[in-house]
Order: sequence, then structure tokens, then C-alpha cells
Amino acid sequence: MSIILNNISKHFGNFTALDNINLEIAEGELVALLGPSGCGKTTLLRIIAGLERADSGQVLLKGEDKTHKDVRERGVGFVFQHYALFRHMTVFENIAFGLRVKPRKQRPNETEIRKKVHALLELVQLDWLHDRYPDQLSGGQRQRIALARALAVEPEVLLLDEPFGALDASVRKDLRQWLRHLHENLNVTSIFVTHDQEEAMEVASRVVVFNHGVIEQQGTPSDIYDNPANEFVSRFIGDTNIIALEQHNTEWLQLSGLVINPQAANTVHVRPHDLEITKSNGDSAASATLKDWQHLGALIRIELAKKGVNGSPEIIYAEMPNEQFKRLQLDKGDKVDLHIRHAHWFHAA
Amino acid sequence: MNAQKIAKIAVNDPTWVRYTLTGLTLLVISLFLILPLVTIFFEAFAKGWEGYTNELTEYNNTAAVKLTLLVALICVPLTTVFGIASAWAIARFEFPGKSLLTTLIDLPFSVSPVTAGLIFVLLFGAQGWFGEWLQANNIKIIFAVPGIVLATLFITCPFVARELIPLMQEMGNEEEEAALSLGANGWTMFWRVTLPNIKWGLLYGVVLCNARAMGEFGAVSVVSGHIQGITNTLPLHVENTYNEYNAVGAFAAASLLTVLAIVTLVLKSFLEWQQQRDRASLTLPSS
Repeated sequence: MSIILNNISKHFGNFTALDNINLEIAEGELVALLGPSGCGKTTLLRIIAGLERADSGQVLLKGEDKTHKDVRERGVGFVFQHYALFRHMTVFENIAFGLRVKPRKQRPNETEIRKKVHALLELVQLDWLHDRYPDQLSGGQRQRIALARALAVEPEVLLLDEPFGALDASVRKDLRQWLRHLHENLNVTSIFVTHDQEEAMEVASRVVVFNHGVIEQQGTPSDIYDNPANEFVSRFIGDTNIIALEQHNTEWLQLSGLVINPQAANTVHVRPHDLEITKSNGDSAASATLKDWQHLGALIRIELAKKGVNGSPEIIYAEMPNEQFKRLQLDKGDKVDLHIRHAHWFHAA
Repeated sequence: MNAQKIAKIAVNDPTWVRYTLTGLTLLVISLFLILPLVTIFFEAFAKGWEGYTNELTEYNNTAAVKLTLLVALICVPLTTVFGIASAWAIARFEFPGKSLLTTLIDLPFSVSPVTAGLIFVLLFGAQGWFGEWLQANNIKIIFAVPGIVLATLFITCPFVARELIPLMQEMGNEEEEAALSLGANGWTMFWRVTLPNIKWGLLYGVVLCNARAMGEFGAVSVVSGHIQGITNTLPLHVENTYNEYNAVGAFAAASLLTVLAIVTLVLKSFLEWQQQRDRASLTLPSS
């Protein structure tokens, strides 16, 4: 195991940022800590780095207890959300910093530093920027330089705090792919923090979902998407229709193919793409009115109004491929029957 | 309203308004700033270049210059160290009493310098709290150089801190954390990351602190005792010589302080300009 966290807790005054966290991360993994803001994920990352001290618990890196070690003795590379490049140094000097501050005996000579910095600049494909200052770079370039700088000291663990948080949407997409490929090449154990579930699913080999200072679930992206452990995870990962399991709902859910023992759950989550619709003639309990639709590229999102509690309409979303929707030849106001292909149900608090 | 709009409105004002306002400003500036400045040099050279240099090289004057430089040489580094330390504490740590400390740092600005001087007389004077003990141990503070240094320290201690606190708060500590995560120790981090980032603000504070340390009159006047050639700093020497009806001597000494003021002003503008450039690079778009 590359990283082992035992019973980590952290409080800020009365606020519990982390409550008894246990987590193991294997050599070479790329793990995402995912959760809404304020859930404790960044605090955990900073505790692993040694930038923050846990109130209790243990941090083991490569089997060594580093709980009481200073950040500079932990062998971690940290990439900050706002890059934190040294603004008065050139790109070259930024990357060379970690090598230049090594104790004299371990410090490489100038030629070696030069070679190494240029190799890192090649790695992040920005060698042509070596004599620029940080304020002359774009956000994406700064992020890549920050990464190169962290890699210069050959860290055993790479920690990234919201690495794409401050970037434009298009730059973010490119950088995600780039980071994943970089990780495949370097194979250094990496953890990144994000609040964007899409980003976590796309980049990470394993996702750890946080909420209110506890781990709600961990697993591969498909694990978490297909088998959410609880209501929070299901709600947080991907879109879902949330249906309270009440008398009037049980009936149409049954008609549309879902049979649930009311004692077992009080809420049902149906992902939009697990909801199938067909043109309806009659007006059954499992029918709804087509209100509107939107193009989401390859998919169509369909807005359906269903009669809810005391007659007020409830909006339910379905998604299907473009072609399939065209074949149904539906129009606004048409009645449709609902068929639930797959659902999750929970006991929500 | 944006700057362009304001400029447009200003341009649209009738000509006579513009000329009257500009004229009035120039008149006030020349009457209250330029004219006194010219007078200083005019009076200083009333007996020609020789009279001027004679007064400057006169023993009591050179002694006052030396004392003033000595006081500044002691006070400015101490104030600088105190300023950096307190700004660091306030900008980087949370601790009980932090806002009280921030307020206390400003205290010398709100206390009249004469009162500040008096505090030290009450503490260390012959009739003061520690007076007897000091006399018994043959230590002289009041009416001696240590008293002048203490009074000047009291007056000047907020200058650097006040300059650095907002600067360091705005800057945040991510760069410093980055330096630590890359293996730098605290000392290396300070010299290679923190100091380069705050250098213009720091120099700005130092320049202002120096000007005040050399120019302070009130507090120093109370504790110095005005002993010619021994405890007279330059501002005190100006007063002394003037009271002795030696106008040329007084204005010659004053001319030195004036040159200091002009140099300070030029340095200050340069440092302000440098800081503005640094700030601009801070707020560049992120992508």
C-alpha cells in the first residue's frame, strides 16, 4: 500500500471536518476524492501532505508512519488550486526550485538541474515557455508548470487540489485527458480533489465519495454509478429522478414495472436513461404528458409531467438517443406510458 | 461611473472653471509648499556658500547629524524586524487577542509624540518608576542617547508593520506552502519566496520609517534635554540654533532635513509605482 490513513479526525472549532477516516490507496493508483464543497476532501488532502495536522489518526506513506513528519520530509508533490507559482521567478526557476533547495549533499549540479528541468518542461510540452514569468502564462499553462514543479523532486505521492477548478470548460476537458495519460506514463500514486463528478469519473481509476466529513462510498467509477451505496451518492453522481414512495406513487411504479416493498424503502431513484417511454392511448396511472424536450448532443432529454400528490404536476426526466426519439414521433402534449428499466431505492433520513 | 466618463465630464467643463481650479491649486501649492522650500535654501545661503558650509561643518551641527544617523541606524532595522515579525503573525496565524494586537500596533499613531516622550520620562526619569534603580546602577536613559532611541522606536514601530499586514494578507500563503512542499526549510522559504514578494512594500515602509526616525521632534524633544553637541538630533538642533538667533545655522540644518524629505518623496513615488506593477500582475486573468 502506498498510502494508508487510519482513523483520521479533524475539527475546526465545533465543526467536524473529518470524522474517523480510513482509506488505503495502492501503489500507482489515480484516486479522486469527490464531494460537495465543505465536505472535508481538501482538508484530508492537506493532512496527507502535512500542510495540516489531524487531531487524531495516522498517516502512513509507503508503510512509514509520517503522522508527525513535516511537509518537507514527506516526499509528496502538491499542486495547488490556484497554482501558487512563484511569481517573481521564471518558469525555469520555478521548476528548479525544489532541486536548488535540497541539502548540499543531495543537490544536483547546475548541468543536471538544467537537464532535469528541460526534461520536465518537455514532459508538460511547454519547453518554449522556460524564460517566461507566471503572469505571462494562461491558466492551463500555469497548471502544467505547477505540475512539473511538483514532479521535479520525484515525489512518491502526487496530490492535486481541484487541479482544474480555475480553468475554462474547454481547457479543463483537454487537461483531464492529458493528466490521465501523464499518469499512465509516470505511474506515480496520485490523489486529486474535485467537486465535479464528471471529472472524477473521467480521470480517476477509483473514486472516493465524501460528505460531511465521512466516506460515503468508494469504488471504480462504474461501481459507484451503477450501485450507489446510499441516497447521497446516487443523488450526487449523475442525474436522477427522485420519487418519494407514497401511496399514489407505488401504484404507477408497479404499473411501470417496479415492485418495491414499502417497508424496505421510502424513496426511489430512477436515472433518466433507465426510464423508457412509449406512445399511450389510454390514461393509466403509469402515463404522463410530454411537456418539452432538449437536445443534449447525442441524447434527447424529455420533460414529462406526471400527476402527483393532490393533482399538482410532478416533473420527471427521461433520456434517450436522438434516433429513438424520432422514431416515436411524439409531440408536445402527447400522452406516454412509462416503463422503468432499472432503479435504486433507499431509506432516506 | 467609469474613468472614461469622469474624464469626459471634466473635459466638458467650461474653460473658466478649469483655469480657475488649476490656478487655485497652483497658487496654494506654491504659497504653502514651494515658497517655504525656497525660503529654507534662500536663508541658508544668506551668507553665501561659505557661510552655509561653515554652519554645516560646525561642531554642534555635525554632532547632531551623527546622532540623527545613529538613531536611525538603530531604530530602522529594529522596526523592520518587528514589522516583519508582527505582520507575519497577524497575516498567517489565528490566535486569541489578534485584533487587539492589530489595534495596539497603531497606538503610536494616535498618541501625541509629546505624550509618548513623557511616558519614558515617567518611567526612566530621575523621579520615575525605575529612576532610583537606574541611578544606583549608573545607567542613563533620559537626557541621553538610549532615551532618544526608545522614544524614536515608539514613534516609528508601526511604519513597516502597517505596510506589510495588508500586503501579506492579500498575498495569502499558498506560495509559501508550495515552497515547503518542495522541500524548502522555513529560512529558505522566507528568503526566496516571502521576501521577494513583499520587498517593495517593505522598502516603502522602511523609507517612511527612516524619514520619521530622522525627522521626529516632539517625543525626542521631551527625553533629550537639548544638550548641544551631545543629545541634540537634527530637528532639535534646528530649533536650538534658531532660538539663538543664528538664522543661517538653523536654515542650513533645516536644508539637510529638506533634502531628506525630497529624497524620501522620490523613493516613495518610485516604490509606489513598483508596487502597483506587482499588484497588476497579481490580478491578471487566470486563463
